[in-house]
Amino acid sequence: MLRLRLEPRGARSAMWAAASPLLAVALTVVGAGAIFALLGRAPGEALYTFLIAPLLSPTGVPELFVKAAPLILIGVGLALGFRANVWNIGAEGQFSLGAVFGGGLALAYPDAPAIILFPAMMVAGVLGGMALAAIPAYLRTRFNANEILTSLMLSYVMQFALIYLVTGPLRDPQGYGFPQSALFSDSATAPILIEDTRVHLGVLFALLAAVGGWIVLERSVSGFALRVLGQAPRAARFAGFQEKRLVWLALLVSGGLSGLAGLFEVAGPIGQLLPKLSPGYGFTAIIVAFLGRLHPLGVVPAALVLGLSYLGGDAAQIDLGLPSAVTGIFQGVLLFFLLACDVLILYRVRIVRRGAAPSLKIPGAA
Amino acid sequence: MSGPEEPAPLPEPPLLELRGIVKRFPGSLANDRIDLKLASGRIQALLGENGAGKSTLVKIMYGVLRPDAGEIRWRGKPTMIANPAHARRLGIGMVFQHFSLFDALTVAENIALGLDDPEDRKGLLSRMAEISARYGLPLDARRVVHDLSVGERQRIEIVRCLLQKPRLLIMDEPTSVLTPQEVERLFSTLRQLAAEGCGILYISHKLEEIGALCEEATILRQGRVVAACDPRRETHHRLAELMVGAEIKRPARRKRAASPAPPRLVVDRLSVRSDRQFGTDLKEISLTVGAGEIFGIGGIAGNGQTELMEALSGEIAAGRPDAIRYDGKAIGGLDVPARRALGACFVPEERLGHGTVEAMTLAENGFLSAYVRRSLAKLGLIDRRRADRFAVDVIGRFDVRGGGPGSEARTLSGGNLQKFIVGREILQQPTLLVVNQPTWGVDVGAAIAIQQAIVDLADSGAAVVLISQDLDELLGVCDRLAIIAGGRLSPPRAAADMTMGEIGLLMGGVGPRSADAAA
Repeated sequence: MLRLRLEPRGARSAMWAAASPLLAVALTVVGAGAIFALLGRAPGEALYTFLIAPLLSPTGVPELFVKAAPLILIGVGLALGFRANVWNIGAEGQFSLGAVFGGGLALAYPDAPAIILFPAMMVAGVLGGMALAAIPAYLRTRFNANEILTSLMLSYVMQFALIYLVTGPLRDPQGYGFPQSALFSDSATAPILIEDTRVHLGVLFALLAAVGGWIVLERSVSGFALRVLGQAPRAARFAGFQEKRLVWLALLVSGGLSGLAGLFEVAGPIGQLLPKLSPGYGFTAIIVAFLGRLHPLGVVPAALVLGLSYLGGDAAQIDLGLPSAVTGIFQGVLLFFLLACDVLILYRVRIVRRGAAPSLKIPGAA
Repeated sequence: MSGPEEPAPLPEPPLLELRGIVKRFPGSLANDRIDLKLASGRIQALLGENGAGKSTLVKIMYGVLRPDAGEIRWRGKPTMIANPAHARRLGIGMVFQHFSLFDALTVAENIALGLDDPEDRKGLLSRMAEISARYGLPLDARRVVHDLSVGERQRIEIVRCLLQKPRLLIMDEPTSVLTPQEVERLFSTLRQLAAEGCGILYISHKLEEIGALCEEATILRQGRVVAACDPRRETHHRLAELMVGAEIKRPARRKRAASPAPPRLVVDRLSVRSDRQFGTDLKEISLTVGAGEIFGIGGIAGNGQTELMEALSGEIAAGRPDAIRYDGKAIGGLDVPARRALGACFVPEERLGHGTVEAMTLAENGFLSAYVRRSLAKLGLIDRRRADRFAVDVIGRFDVRGGGPGSEARTLSGGNLQKFIVGREILQQPTLLVVNQPTWGVDVGAAIAIQQAIVDLADSGAAVVLISQDLDELLGVCDRLAIIAGGRLSPPRAAADMTMGEIGLLMGGVGPRSADAAA
């Protein structure tokens, strides 16, 4: 009888570090097919509808970038922090507060010229995200409180704060009581970059953030300090990199980018403040960061894969009559396989025959 | 009588015999066709530098590793030692260099946890007391381990082994943490065991001890047996050359300043609370180091060396700013880069994870500590060309083998990585260098190169603080010497006037305290 055994490699495998996400995506496609089959759909057809058909329509690829843009913005910031072992899990809330700060400005000055209003909204969005991320940063550096818990819990606080705002102070007075704000004016709307699509300025900023994040991480002293802190905290102290400063840096950068993503989402595809602004971008971006190997440039293809799961989810709802939870299932299965495949970076799989394993035979032990 | 058809009772077969043992690791051949015989009642030595394959070989004997080829015979019978529990059942006991004890549990609890068979726990206390008395290993079963000295901790491990009544006892570098007096006590225990018929395999690279204790030595180099000899009949020099495979020169004695130089580093009643669990607080440490002087600090590991090192480097707060003064300036409140900017450089004890980041390249690890003094950053960006050139410079000037600026730190051997770290600090032309255990676990060749570099730096006018457990090293290169025990520093004395015996007593915490000296 055969069985599989994991053996330590003794060193990280560079090959598997790169190949693991690809294998995970492949296994996820197979897994998704199996789930479709269990749900009574022809797996081939369902996968085609879910993963390929959305790209074939004329607006398919531009739409994919629209979905990927917030994932890239958030994912780049998270990747920088995760490299330093700073675990910001609250990007979803920072996204919302960025949207509220920027959107609030848009609602307060609808008639201001775009050239002033829109940059101001972007700054406000960044500050909003930073403001929410500053709370876990303070708690961690002052009281050594775990930022995973504090940032995550603040996301739920923010979720209710947003509902309060759009049903109360920011509700559209002419909106027939619907829980939503007024539509943003034209000068408060993100400029469209490609005509007849929804590709807005945020897509460009997302790509710039990826390149910028890469330069920061690989070339700057701060990025180096973040990497050292993540890999060897004592070496960081020896080098003179202050942990508290780096924790603040990691949380403010990832919070700011999440806030910017939120601003672009409300000023772009949505156009107003709603009780629910994000289909879980802040959490999905965690998967994006890991699938992209915590590398700012790797985040871009990873965000496209997960962006596709949102497009596919819509298509599955319309054409296959499946619930939109398909998107969440796809993302969960992908994370599952990614973590499983990452085992191969440190371990190799050996096939052994049961009974022939030398460890089970102890001659001379009697 | 001696015909092959007649299976005559041969003279007793060796206790343990290894034949053609081969063990490969990715990228290296740790053991290459090793033959070794161990006999009852004899104390045999296994000698070799770090990386010669000693640890791999004893792990095979103890069932931790399995050989790729070769045969193990236990008392004449071919045997596959499956795991350490199996080795213990056969009668093989091992005392590891690094103890596996739970700090928060008592001596008796630790010993009970280490027993394979729950039945053995019956009457454990009385058997422990019996073994303690019989072999001169005093132990109080009720004490908690973290209150014990390293020597006492080692006794726990030895008693734990002896409870299993071993026929063969393997000791892996047992004396690296002991005072000279504790070493002597350990030796008499081992001699008594051998006299009772137990075979002993003693692993070390300390040649004096081998000559004093062992009847036979097997020398390993690069995974092979290169010689077997009677260590009592060879000179230490000859044994060392066999280990290294080359001629050895000790570091050149330096010209010592005739008159005491003006003090550069003044530490004045430095008291620091340790920031780690079971760490040692520093208590009123005072010392002065002059330009061109090497000030040695000896002592057993864990007596405050790490805390002293980190307080001097700025990694932990020094309390009062004027507790540490450098060229007249109070630097106790400055952070690490500010101290470096003033001319201080540091070599911490841990090479991986403290002195370097193991998965980063040598260029990046050069940047890690040299970015201040060598201006390796511009406008917040790393100047990669300069960082690369600096790493190449260190590698060339300090003969770092096995990697270039793009190699990751962990791919280098311990000795080469240590040469890189020491070189990285010395090439920053410090006027103060603090080094902690610079040659610990480093092969003889690299150790001498490192000591020579430190001596040369002092000769060029720098003040050097050398923290070390290696008494030969301290006596060999230091001008003045003090011993740290329990976070207190003994009054310094000229190294030339100190004897091993005195140092040993101070290491055990006996003798005048620095508080008296400061008064």
